[in-house]
Amino acid sequence: MAKIIIQTEDFDAAAEAAQITQNRHDIGALVSFVGLCRDESQTLSALELEHYPGMAEQEIARIAGEAEARWKTKGLTIIHRVGKIKPGEQIVLVIAASSHRGDAFNAADYVMDFLKSRAPFWKKQHLLDGTSGAWVDAKDTDEASLSRW
Amino acid sequence: MSVKLVYFAWVRERIGFGDETIDLPPEITTVADLLSWLARRGENYAYAFEKAAFIRAAIDKKHAPHTTLITGAREIAFFPPMTGG
Repeated sequence: MAKIIIQTEDFDAAAEAAQITQNRHDIGALVSFVGLCRDESQTLSALELEHYPGMAEQEIARIAGEAEARWKTKGLTIIHRVGKIKPGEQIVLVIAASSHRGDAFNAADYVMDFLKSRAPFWKKQHLLDGTSGAWVDAKDTDEASLSRW
Repeated sequence: MSVKLVYFAWVRERIGFGDETIDLPPEITTVADLLSWLARRGENYAYAFEKAAFIRAAIDKKHAPHTTLITGAREIAFFPPMTGG
């Protein structure tokens, strides 16, 4: 069973990883992915993450369950933040643990791919000049990357 | 049939509110029917659903293609393509 949390507060990736590996000697691989709020144009004050309460948790659980069925995971933690997040801050954490690296890499990659285009979250830009910018558009490449699986 | 409709992101902003409960005429049987019926309810709805094919739907918190029957649905959500992660 995956650990799934949606929260406004920041998370501690190292502490979450330690929680998975604590008192276990059967884990040989741990992949940790952190998605950050990025601002290459230096115009962004924050991203505001909106979600569909209830469905977001359910959809992440469904994606996590599929990853656990496809690969031999020994631990899976997914934390997604909502609310206003500033450039440089953390948005999402996926940690997958397994006996061997292939399963952990694949499970983490799969979860992130489906999280991006199937979990009901949306990003709105708030700009440094005080205005509300546009909603971030979904990328065709995100949808296309699902066909890898 | 009475059903709760919920809207997210720019769909919510264009319509002007996040949820409502409405009585649907019996001839509305699919998600696509509901979308085109809603688009005729006012300028705000027409604006939100101007590119209906682009809009995603969920019935009782599960993804639902536009061909899905809405019979028995308690909550139907409309939103833009998702941008999480």
